[in-house]
Amino acid sequence: MEHRPSTSRNKAMRYAVPVAVAAVAAAGVGLVPALADSGDPDLPDITAQELITKIAESDVEQLSGTVELSSDLGIPGLDAASDGGGLFGGHSGGPEEKGEDGGGDPAQGGTDSPADPAGRLTGLLAGDHTLRVALDGPERQRVSVVEDAAEYSLIRNEGELWAYDSASDTAFHAELPEHPEGGEEHGRGGPGSLTPQEAAERALAAVDDSTSVTVDGTTSVAGRDAYVLAIAPKDAPDSTVDAVRIAVDAENGTPLRVTLDARGEGDPVVEAGYTKVDFGKPSAELFDFTPPKGTDVTEADELAEKHGRGMNGLPEGLDGLPGLPGADGADGLGESAEVIGEGWDAVVKIEGPEGLAGGELNSREAQPLLDAFSERVSGEFGEGRVFSTTLVNALITEDGSVYVGAVTKDGLLKAAGTD
Amino acid sequence: MSPADGAASAVRAEAAASGPGTAVRRPSPLWTLSLFRSELTVTLRRWRTLALLGILAVLPVLIGIAVKIETGGGDGGGGGDGGEGPAFINQITNNGLFLVFTALAATLPFFLPMTVGVVAGDAVAGEASAGTLRYLLVAPAGRTRLLLAKFAALLVFCLLATLVVALSAVLVGAALFPLGDITLLSGVTVPLSEGLLRALAIAVAVAVSLVGLAALGLFVSTLTGSGIAAMSATVGLLITVQIVGAIPQLDVVHPYLFPYHWMSFADLLRAPVPWGDILANAGLQGVYAAVFGSAAWARFTTRDITS
Repeated sequence: MEHRPSTSRNKAMRYAVPVAVAAVAAAGVGLVPALADSGDPDLPDITAQELITKIAESDVEQLSGTVELSSDLGIPGLDAASDGGGLFGGHSGGPEEKGEDGGGDPAQGGTDSPADPAGRLTGLLAGDHTLRVALDGPERQRVSVVEDAAEYSLIRNEGELWAYDSASDTAFHAELPEHPEGGEEHGRGGPGSLTPQEAAERALAAVDDSTSVTVDGTTSVAGRDAYVLAIAPKDAPDSTVDAVRIAVDAENGTPLRVTLDARGEGDPVVEAGYTKVDFGKPSAELFDFTPPKGTDVTEADELAEKHGRGMNGLPEGLDGLPGLPGADGADGLGESAEVIGEGWDAVVKIEGPEGLAGGELNSREAQPLLDAFSERVSGEFGEGRVFSTTLVNALITEDGSVYVGAVTKDGLLKAAGTD
Repeated sequence: MSPADGAASAVRAEAAASGPGTAVRRPSPLWTLSLFRSELTVTLRRWRTLALLGILAVLPVLIGIAVKIETGGGDGGGGGDGGEGPAFINQITNNGLFLVFTALAATLPFFLPMTVGVVAGDAVAGEASAGTLRYLLVAPAGRTRLLLAKFAALLVFCLLATLVVALSAVLVGAALFPLGDITLLSGVTVPLSEGLLRALAIAVAVAVSLVGLAALGLFVSTLTGSGIAAMSATVGLLITVQIVGAIPQLDVVHPYLFPYHWMSFADLLRAPVPWGDILANAGLQGVYAAVFGSAAWARFTTRDITS
């Protein structure tokens, strides 16, 4: 019967079984996402003002979820650092990026502990990352950067901030001041600053007359219905920003996804959004951290003495993480910065150290390297070099001034010329 | 039933020429079960299988001693070079249980699947080249059931090979390093008992990772009459797939390769455990098992067995 050598028809039928199984599997791969994507949800109409109010009034304090973070800023150094360098070092790094790595690793440079947040979070600026977030009120927050067979966690529990890097088995500890910045809920620079909520707040803070805010339909994020709030530059022909879009949970007003589109770019330059979100209370054990026996613990105070950094040891630049331009732009730059123009076309001018351009910029050895990722320009400001990325352009002139802005190259040169 | 059982037993005695006594065979009403048992004993009695399992048991010892020597002078002060070497290797000095995860992470890309490839490739083709396959088919068990018994024995071998690595690593880890509460990758501390439970779950997850290759090997094994050819073809396929998986330009096909989710077992060390990748791995292995299992069945039940 079944074990007898069969006729050729029987044989063909039996071989059809694996083919059919493979076909069903292939169809499943193709169909399941198509079926799951049931289109944008129908939600009652809402005005932009109502939506902003909804975000402001959102009282969600407990949340856990997974955030996918992706950015394509077009900055060569950062890309190389995150792919080939310390952050995702070893087994997972793509070999094709290795060549650009030579100039040192900004993600690790100048810090002694692999668990030090200052170095690690810079790496998030480029590439794709998965974060796991848990929030339980303003005092207890955690964010983990998921890596291959490792995880980097930033845990805030009341007055304590711990960072644990499982790959190197090292930890970082800092005492936070009791109530930073008076009444502000989310301590800036704490783990919460990596969530879409914080990014949305920063985007909204930048809203003024030069900005148009509209409701741009609905969408579905992490299985939840959401409105899309679009924030776009108005009368800013030179801005590289097309729009910032915030998907806001229709039920409780939590920003679920923030995307930043650049003009002329198909894919979002920066995207941070939940792929999974749960508004229940996260398990309390998530906020307890005791360094394992034998783990190296770096204290923030010691590090601060060594490097002269701020008490909480967090990088100054963290606030500007998703690279949102506008109001926050000039905050961290200190006194030597000057803002030219306003709104989305604004350009920041920084007086660089004397002789920067004359010395290093034109030295013979640096020439090929500079030519590789910058462009020689001249104008009313004299000679200079423009460094271009998808979103931000920077001009360094001969006299050492640096002009930086989220504007096109032409806009930047124009601004530098009128200065 | 029982005369047929005896026939299979006789064939087995011939196949397992190395062992002095044949398997003690109690008559069983369940044909398939006894067939499965005889398959398993035959597989596990081969010198080749025992040697492979022996090497798997020695690997954790090597890793453990290497880590011990390396950190012995520095008083166990956890290395600062994150990302070097196999996963979890920096945590071993503080907690011996991490040797289990390191050993599995070190053997999973190549050595574990290689042993599975050898045993799977040998399953049908080995019998054919030894000339015992036709005797097996004399028994009225049917080819489908014989193949099922072989596949089941193969799955048990996957689990056994993984457990050998894990068990050896636990013993070496306990002997050379301190054991205690274990800090998960996410920074959450759990008691040792839960750590051991998670280690067991990881061993099962790793064994599941090998199912796809086992089915593939079984299919290759039905294609040829030479055991060596089937083994080397299976191991060759494994190497090819691993190389393709390492080429970033081919990342379009990566999600469909059986090793794609292999490292997902590490997710069991996070808190809370993200099941997505682990389930995706199980699903992918299931698809491989279904496709190549049925292909092996189609081939094996329709081909002329002459040797």
